[in-house]
Amino acid sequence: MATNIERSAAISSAKTKHSRSLWSQLWKYRALYLISIPGIVYFLIFRYIPLFGSVIAFQNYNIFKGITGSPWVGFANFEKMFNYHDFSRILTNNIVLALYDIIFVFPAAIILALLLNELRIVLYKRIVQTIVYMPHFLSWVVISGIAVSVFSPETGLVNSVIAKLGFEPIYFLGDNNLIRPFLVGAGMWRDVGYSTIIYLAAMASISPDLYEAAQIDGANRFKQTLTITLPALMPTITILFLLQIGQILDFGFERVWVFLNSLNSGNGEILDTFIYRVGILDMQYSYTTAIGLFKSVVGLILLWLCNTLSKKTTGESLF
Amino acid sequence: MNKLSRSAKVFQLFNILFLGLLALSMLLPILHVLAKSLSGVQALTNSEVGLLPVDFTLLNYQYVLSNPAILRAFAVTIYITVVGTIINLVMTSSLAYPLSREEYKGRKIFLVMVLLTMIFPAPLIPLFILVKELDMMNSLWSLMIPGAISAFNFFVMRSFFQQIPKELIEASRIDGCGELRILWNIIVPLSKPVMATVGLFYAVVHWNTYMHALYFINEPRLYPLQVKLRQMLLLDQVETGNEMFSDLLSAPEGIQMATVIVAMIPIIAVYPFLQKYFVKGMMLGSIK
Repeated sequence: MATNIERSAAISSAKTKHSRSLWSQLWKYRALYLISIPGIVYFLIFRYIPLFGSVIAFQNYNIFKGITGSPWVGFANFEKMFNYHDFSRILTNNIVLALYDIIFVFPAAIILALLLNELRIVLYKRIVQTIVYMPHFLSWVVISGIAVSVFSPETGLVNSVIAKLGFEPIYFLGDNNLIRPFLVGAGMWRDVGYSTIIYLAAMASISPDLYEAAQIDGANRFKQTLTITLPALMPTITILFLLQIGQILDFGFERVWVFLNSLNSGNGEILDTFIYRVGILDMQYSYTTAIGLFKSVVGLILLWLCNTLSKKTTGESLF
Repeated sequence: MNKLSRSAKVFQLFNILFLGLLALSMLLPILHVLAKSLSGVQALTNSEVGLLPVDFTLLNYQYVLSNPAILRAFAVTIYITVVGTIINLVMTSSLAYPLSREEYKGRKIFLVMVLLTMIFPAPLIPLFILVKELDMMNSLWSLMIPGAISAFNFFVMRSFFQQIPKELIEASRIDGCGELRILWNIIVPLSKPVMATVGLFYAVVHWNTYMHALYFINEPRLYPLQVKLRQMLLLDQVETGNEMFSDLLSAPEGIQMATVIVAMIPIIAVYPFLQKYFVKGMMLGSIK
């Protein structure tokens, strides 16, 4: 009994000592804590409140009543979403576009990085890199202006070439069948160069000894690429691939919105542009929040699935 | 390097040609736009313009630079780029610096808090409602505050601060410097490179801001440049009060393309500086 009391007294004194030192630590570096407050408050307000604000997906949100006053409706908004006759069309557009991105744009960046890596003329390599990185920094509005001008049926560069070859001009942005390749192509034009940076950096860290050894063994450049470069890139490729899978429904609002018109929205409309049209322009806040939530949940599930799969098969994973 | 085999030589040649063509595919469209912006109305309506201007004229640019609505949009964009970037840098560094120091107990919680926002971005409609509730709709603050700190740039800055030798900080503490003085006299002067990098990243985002303006700004007098440009590209017509520009009415494309070029020039101008840094920045950020 007595020893028990002694022991607990010893513990509590150690505790106070510990907490006292914590307080003195906090006090000593109070300036550090003080200047971190605005940033923390920012994240709480502008990143976490909207995240928790997603609960309005389960309400019939009324802007005058607010979150606390609006009635709860369970999954009604999700039901409405799945019952909307156009929903499957928009979701399909979104998924098909994302798959095109994964099938065409994703490998294109890897191939371009490999090709850039093979260039031996340093100055030429630098010039090419400078040019292909640049479109990434142009806004989608500017790119749409460039695209409209280049692909315009009457005055565009492409159609004047087509006309010279003796074919009918093509109205690229007015054709429902062409909008998907167009959107994917535009994304490729803008980002394929920039996406190579991370691969090129990974290549630069491969030990040159490996290539020398392979050369002595008589492997040519192509074989070296297959047996050394690509395996060394695999971790990077896997991680970027997983990230891309997680963003499968985030095709990019601006990338689509600037090209969308009544002639091509059949195959071009995606969830993000639908959210803007119906959410902001028609003010259906709860409904579109439900769609947004659906988007994130699907992305998260896919990310988790592919991550687990990749962990089992390749040993690489994000988390 | 050893002598190249025949097939390797063929590949090299093919590679040089292919990458050259790829680079051209990125340059030529911009040249085409530039040529159109400098061409006369007649040449534009007859679609004679390829990669060089036909009937060279500066009239399109004179229109753009004298149109009050375009100039206004320009001023708005310059304002949010300058003020917004300053807010970004102050907010990001004032969080990244404390969280880079080991003396900051509990920094792990906050680091996870920032990291999570990369996986769970703020959903747009709830953000829109928040901005509305905060009474920031139709105010330029709505384009600067909600994006004040990007998690990516935060990690770039933090890893830079982490590389500053601890001895330097300890030495100045022995000299009697307080934490704030250490920050102001030692850390800030050392951080110029990372400030420039991250500042340029932020500035480009502000210059190109479009979606947030669609969500948060309804008043035409507050439209940033990208929104105004988009409107001009859609309308396919121009209003002119001035006799001098009445010819342009029949070919608004020249004016549209001149605006595209004008909206692009600042990006092209800072691009060499950007390029110097972004490779490094991406590396820092990906290490985390």
